[in-house]
Amino acid sequence: MSDTDMIDAVVERHHRDGARLMQILRETQEQLGWLSPSTLTAIAEAIAWPRAMVEGTADFYSFFHTRPMGRYRVLWSDNITDRMLGNTDLMQAMCKKLWLEPGRVSEDGLVSVDTTSCTGMCDQGPAVLVNYRAITRMTPARVGEMVGLIRSEMPVAEWPAEWFSVDDNIRRKDMLLAHDLVPGQALAAALERGPEKMLAEIRDARLRGRGGAGFSTGQKWETCRNAEGNGSNAAHYVVCNADEGEPGTFKDRVLLTSHADLVFEGMSIAGLVVGAKKGLLYLRGEYRYLLEALESALATRRAAKLLGKNILDTDFEFDIEIHLGAGAYICGEESALIESLEGKPGRPRIRPPFPVTHGYLDQPTTVNNVETLAASCLIAAHGSAWYAQHGTEKSTGSKILSVSGDCERSGIYEYPYGVTVRQVLEDCGASDCQAVQISGPSGICVAEGEFDRRIAFEDIPTAGAFMVFDETRDMFEVARNFAHFFAHESCGFCTPCRVGTTLVRNLMDKIARQHGSPYDIDELFKLHRLMQGASHCGLGNSACNPIFDTLNKFRPAYEHRLMSLDYEPAFDLDAALSQARQMTGRDDAAAHLQNEAEA
Amino acid sequence: MKTSNSEVSVQANAREARVKADRPAETKANNIFQLDGEDIPFRPGQTIMQAATHHGTYIPHLCWHPDFSAHGSCKLCTVKVNGRFGSSCTIAAQPGLDVENRTAELDDKRRTLLQMLFVEGNHFCPSCEKSGNCALQATAYELNMMSPHFDMFYPDRPVDASHPDILLDFNRCIMCALCVAASRDVDGKNIFYMGGRGLLGRRVHISSESGKLADTDFAVTDRAASICPVGVILPKRKGFAVPIGQRTYDLAPISKQVRDTTP
Repeated sequence: MSDTDMIDAVVERHHRDGARLMQILRETQEQLGWLSPSTLTAIAEAIAWPRAMVEGTADFYSFFHTRPMGRYRVLWSDNITDRMLGNTDLMQAMCKKLWLEPGRVSEDGLVSVDTTSCTGMCDQGPAVLVNYRAITRMTPARVGEMVGLIRSEMPVAEWPAEWFSVDDNIRRKDMLLAHDLVPGQALAAALERGPEKMLAEIRDARLRGRGGAGFSTGQKWETCRNAEGNGSNAAHYVVCNADEGEPGTFKDRVLLTSHADLVFEGMSIAGLVVGAKKGLLYLRGEYRYLLEALESALATRRAAKLLGKNILDTDFEFDIEIHLGAGAYICGEESALIESLEGKPGRPRIRPPFPVTHGYLDQPTTVNNVETLAASCLIAAHGSAWYAQHGTEKSTGSKILSVSGDCERSGIYEYPYGVTVRQVLEDCGASDCQAVQISGPSGICVAEGEFDRRIAFEDIPTAGAFMVFDETRDMFEVARNFAHFFAHESCGFCTPCRVGTTLVRNLMDKIARQHGSPYDIDELFKLHRLMQGASHCGLGNSACNPIFDTLNKFRPAYEHRLMSLDYEPAFDLDAALSQARQMTGRDDAAAHLQNEAEA
Repeated sequence: MKTSNSEVSVQANAREARVKADRPAETKANNIFQLDGEDIPFRPGQTIMQAATHHGTYIPHLCWHPDFSAHGSCKLCTVKVNGRFGSSCTIAAQPGLDVENRTAELDDKRRTLLQMLFVEGNHFCPSCEKSGNCALQATAYELNMMSPHFDMFYPDRPVDASHPDILLDFNRCIMCALCVAASRDVDGKNIFYMGGRGLLGRRVHISSESGKLADTDFAVTDRAASICPVGVILPKRKGFAVPIGQRTYDLAPISKQVRDTTP
């Protein structure tokens, strides 16, 4: 098949629908290796979009390539937990064996090695993606073997199967993970109640969003239900946010691996309540390996009359489509996610209007977290009174935590809301704990002395990440890792976040090189204050949180790096001469300038 | 003095009551909000920026233009609305809003935003044809920006001189996307589109396989050809027709030239 025929076939499969551009680009790239200028032109013509728009989407996402990136693309997950497990040395060893610089494609076009944001395997790292397939538990031996397989051009599909095994590591079950529902049970209960009464149950259960913000699910569904569709394609939509990109979070991966039915059923219940016929599950690109299993779970549900027309022999109609993301943390923000679902760069929209009235294709849309939707099944099956008995007054039910870092048993822990940080630390076997980063880089850093605080919306709200750092860890390096993460993930739309995240990253790097001074600390605070108020969305608003927290709680980790406690010039005189030294081959004392601060 | 949450809310309620007492009839005829203490009338549906502009009051901005829907990206128009930060180009005007605009706090933030825009691109005002007519430069003067403050990034941004009548110098781009809006909404050509991600990735894409403007149907008469607030989109063979010193913002500061082109 020629490239043109192949592109035609892909575009045709997606009904020449521009809203499906993300899937068109991914499937085309899976076959052609990259998205060449002529490929983008062909796709633009086939979906009748301006070419610049197609290119704009293609070069927004980390996992799309508008330049050839090699037949093997190895991406090392670079979360702080991967770092703590030694990914830096392993990646260096891999590059050395392959005679390769990180980020560069080998001369023969065979391979490239680079880093990527957290791939959600923190409990079984260091992790890599090879041609977007997840591989866990990298070791020096595995690096050696992998280099051999790449050199001999063994197809990734034929690599040792155990490399691709991903464990659930469920350590503690509570009401959700220990559920005894069979597929269809919760949905049947919801259908029996009818949409109004089902909505009332959700409201009475006081269910709140598990993505971290804690918005009332009942209120969201009600507003969406009451919103009228817009224009000739009026409809309502349910979107499941499975773009689990917050570093350190991996509970949605486990829910989708072992409880996919519960998630799909929750989407169906949401569909019943808001009056939607279609649901979309937005799966992060890092979880590409789950796609086939999820598709087959959907097929099973269709065969069992749990999806499609006349669900369980009623007149309720609902079906679910899976959309894959392509490496963009920002798509976890609900309006950016909707943009991405529509085939565009994941750029948060101006709000209001909110998605509940103007969401996917400008129609009323409820966007809910994977865990929220799963929890709605428990309410449908067991009722609000039972559900609201669990947890606290303001945070009913349970929360699944993704525990990783310095502990004996990392993995998935489900607790009723209200559990203390200390309890979690005890259960996971974290001795000597210095700090816990809760809810990822955009969350909060909890230090010793605060361990009696509780996981609950009224105290510490969280999307689920729980990264443990023991006394040996350098909290400055933790914050610096997060600063790099935000600079990489800023969408670039608004000035404060686009430029600010990179300025912050550079300041942190400067302090790490021991060229910082108190002036730079003041600059960090100044940028924090600006970005927090002026940014377009939550990414920019929270990007400095980890720095602000660690500066307040672990200031010595910064201060011992400062070159002097007063003034330090931004310009390094001696470093500026390094090129001249290289050119003249000199490195004697006379070829060096003493910096003022050292003088 | 420390105040508890409940005290704060009591104070807020009292303030609200006072505001209501001052203006008892909040009818349509009373569509007024406060901008730095000044009464600004508005029509329902207008944003704070639209109403202020119509009234002739300057709120610093770069990516907003009265002819186009708000983009909301430059954040220069950040104001405080009832104590909360927000973009005045996207927030709807409502009766009784208390909006802070030209306070020291907000102008400080704006100055930092301007410095960010200056260091992320390559801006050399003395050699730029747009000098004196440039909204970025004029706004920097308005806000007393004395230096770029941060280290320059010196990004590598190629110039596109392929088109017979137009030069594109992306070194000066501030990502306002006004060219995107003009080409899409007025010219109906969709020649420009914002793409890429992050500081170094974000850029304007041109709708041709070569990425060159010459390979599009762009014309010097397009609205997009004259919309750029900085010196990216420039006509060729026409330089310094108006001498420096007699240009738009040489004559009066940008804050004194608030023009509303909408009816």
